[in-house]
Parts: sequence; C-alpha cells; structure tokens
Amino acid sequence: MRTKLFLCTLLTLGIVWRGQAQDTSLLQMLGDSMNVHAKATPVHGTFKAIYLVNLQTNETVAAGALNFEIQHRFGQLNSGAYNLFGLDNATLRLGLDYGITDRLTVGIGRSSYLKTFDGYLKYKLLRQTEGVGAFPISVTLLGTISNYTEDIPTKPYLDANYRTGYATQVILAHKFSLFSLELVPTWIRTNLVPTVMDKNDMFALSGGARVKLTKRMSIDGEYNYLFPNQVVSTTVHNSLSLAYEIETGGHVFQLVFSNSESMVPTQFISQTSGRWADGAIYFGFNISRNFNLTKHAKKKVSQ
Amino acid sequence: MKKIILGALLLVFALSKSYSQLYMTRTGIVKFTSVTSMEDINAENDQAYAAIDAGKKSLAFAVLLKGFIFPKELMQEHFNENYMESDKYPKATFVGTYTGEVTSGTDGVYAVTIKGTLTMHGVTRTIEMPATLEVKGRKILGHTSFPVVPEDYNVKIPSLVRDKIQKSLNVTVQIDCENQK
Repeated sequence: MRTKLFLCTLLTLGIVWRGQAQDTSLLQMLGDSMNVHAKATPVHGTFKAIYLVNLQTNETVAAGALNFEIQHRFGQLNSGAYNLFGLDNATLRLGLDYGITDRLTVGIGRSSYLKTFDGYLKYKLLRQTEGVGAFPISVTLLGTISNYTEDIPTKPYLDANYRTGYATQVILAHKFSLFSLELVPTWIRTNLVPTVMDKNDMFALSGGARVKLTKRMSIDGEYNYLFPNQVVSTTVHNSLSLAYEIETGGHVFQLVFSNSESMVPTQFISQTSGRWADGAIYFGFNISRNFNLTKHAKKKVSQ
Repeated sequence: MKKIILGALLLVFALSKSYSQLYMTRTGIVKFTSVTSMEDINAENDQAYAAIDAGKKSLAFAVLLKGFIFPKELMQEHFNENYMESDKYPKATFVGTYTGEVTSGTDGVYAVTIKGTLTMHGVTRTIEMPATLEVKGRKILGHTSFPVVPEDYNVKIPSLVRDKIQKSLNVTVQIDCENQK
C-alpha cells in the first residue's frame, strides 16, 4: 500500500513538474537549439556613412543605392574679422557614390579646391563577424584617382598626366558596441612633384574613430600621419579632423572642424598647409543623402 | 518490487509519450509589414525557431532580430541599430498555450486561440491571437497574424519619421513543425 502511494505521488509529481516546466523548457530548448546552430553573422553599421570626415570608412553603399554627398568647408577661422572668420570663403565637394553590389561602390566627385575631379572604386573585401568563429575586422580596399584642372598661367607645361594623382588605401575597421575604430595605411602616387627632393610615392597612416553618444548622434575624429621627409619643398602638416554627426532617416549630417581645406585623399593627406595650433581651422559640414534607385530584394544576411 | 518496476515503466511511458508529441522547426517564417502613404516597409525572417507540444498544448517561438531582411539596407540598419537595439536585445520570444481541439493523429485544419507572452526589446507583454494549426501526417503547420505596436515594447520612433511607420505593424508567422522522435 505504501509503495503504491509513493509511486502515485512520484507519478503525479512528475507530471505536475513537467506541466509547470513546460513553457520555459520549450523556450529553453529553442534557445539551446539556436546556440547549437549559431553561425557567425556580419557586423553592420560600423560607421554611419561612407565618409568619416575626410577619410573614407569601411562602409560601402548598398547595391542599387545612390549616395549624394555634399562636403563644404568655409575659410580659415584665423583669416580675421574682415573675412568674417572664414565664412566669406568656401570650398565645396559634390560627390555621387553608387553601389554596384553590396560590396562594390563606385564614386565620382568634383571639388572647388584646385577645381579637382576625383573618382574611386571601393571594395569590401572582408567583413567583421560576430558569433561562433567570428572574424575580428573589416577590410575594405579603396583606390582613388584625382585630377586638378585649375589654370596656373605660370605653369603652362602642366598637362593632364602631370595633374593626376592616385591614392591606394586599405581600410581596416573594428566595431566595438559603442565605438568603432579604423586604421588606414595609404600609398599616394603624385605624377609631378615640385622638386627632385620631393617624393612621387608617399606613404601615410591614418587612424579614425567614431564614438556613439546616442542612437543617432556620434563624434567622429581622424588623424592622418604623413611619414616625414617625403614632402620637403613645402611645409605640410598632418591632417586632423573632428565631426559631430547627426543621423535622421536617410540623411547623415556632420559639423566638421579640420585643418585641411581639400577633401580628396591625394590632397588632404599630403598637402595640408595649416595647423590647428595656429587657428588654421576650416569649419564646415558634410551632408549625405541616400536614394534607393532599385527595389532589389536582398539575399540572406548570413551566408 | 514488481510494483516499483511497473511504476517506473509507467513513468517512462508517460514521459516518452508526451515527448513524441513534440513538433519543431528551425525555418519558420516571420514577416511584418508597415504601409503608409509615405513608405512601405516589409521585412522577412526565414530562420525562426518554433516548437509545439501537442500533448501539453503549449508552444514557444524564438527569432533573432538580426535575421530580418529588408529590401533596403538602410532600413535594416536602422531597425537593428536605432529601433530594436539588436546588440542589446538579440531575440524576440513567445511562450504560450493554445485552446481548441487539435487531434495530433488525425489530419485536419483546426482553428485555435493562442495566448501567451511576447518578449522583445526588453519588454514582456501578454497577447492573444487567433491561429490555425493544420495536422498533416508527421507535421503541424501553424499560421497566425497579429498586430504589434512598437511603442508598447518601448521602441521609440522620432516624430520626424513617425508618419513613415504604421502605428500598429502587422506580423505574420508561418511555421512548419516536424514531429521530433
């Protein structure tokens, strides 16, 4: 009798326990299954836009999307009250960036600084992933060509070849949860330099960061270190730029402070003449607007 | 002694019987749509995990928010970064029970009512929805759709873009669960 009672109790307890545990155990089971089948997935949104300030980020434009970029710099802050501290002057770059695929972007631009045309090809080679077997960094390749067309009457010999420069950059980026970093080794090739002392091939190392303040605002900064003894006939300084970034829907708006007037990598990395310490600071803004030209259905994110 | 063995057998039988009532999938489809005069938003996730225990009439559901695919990449980025905060709250889950007669051995379509708790973006709410469960051989196919108001789950949408997103999003779930042996 006692054994029977004991058995019955055990059975009842077992059933009751199962009944109570049911809801959470089903979910637990799904969670376990999810963990077992977890795959590494790409990290998105390392940076908000394709431009950090002057430097490009590892981001590319989505396939079929067109980005319109307006980069504007007023004159130098130290140019005096007569020039309203630089506001009387302006340098502008207008750019279009188109995503051929999600990884390949082509861009063109024209800036008023030396009336320069530029074009680039950018390819997202590797993507940072998270989860099981995660890959720690994103690697993006960027090749830029620039050609300045401003007439210089004292130098009539300047032909298209002499006016052309190239910048090849490898953009290494990593996203932490609230901030992102990038490191960009750069090789610049300038077809014509002022003297034989100057180098046609120049090397630089740039570093950039984005710190998220809120979900839609962040502070961006970049420093472009040009290795010494490459530009000797003129005095150049390393380019340091800071931006306050606000995102609203398809727009990214940045308030910029930089000691570089140009916004093209062949120029701002190797031709920045002003220094922050002297007040040679250009205030300005970057505005990017995203347009979707095709309603393409994207493939799976996790592949 | 005989009784103990009998009892133990009974217990094992009881447990194993309810275990075979378990149906599961890893490829459930969850979609949601928002239709406004300014913009249409559609997103789909075909990697939803779902389980149905026909013995206990309970079910559970889990989906990774980063698995939602949008036709526009920027929407997807905003969904994860600005709205759902997918790094902080990676999953949306549902646990609940259904009422209504579903005979798991007999093929047929059964209308049921599902009641349970939906957890996402760190908020848990009790919801109830009509659904259909279809028994088809070794499978149970489930289908349901229900409304979700983003603000109910503490998802803040700036007033600037509020008109572009429907007040109440329509979520549909399609699962194709197979009997687990």
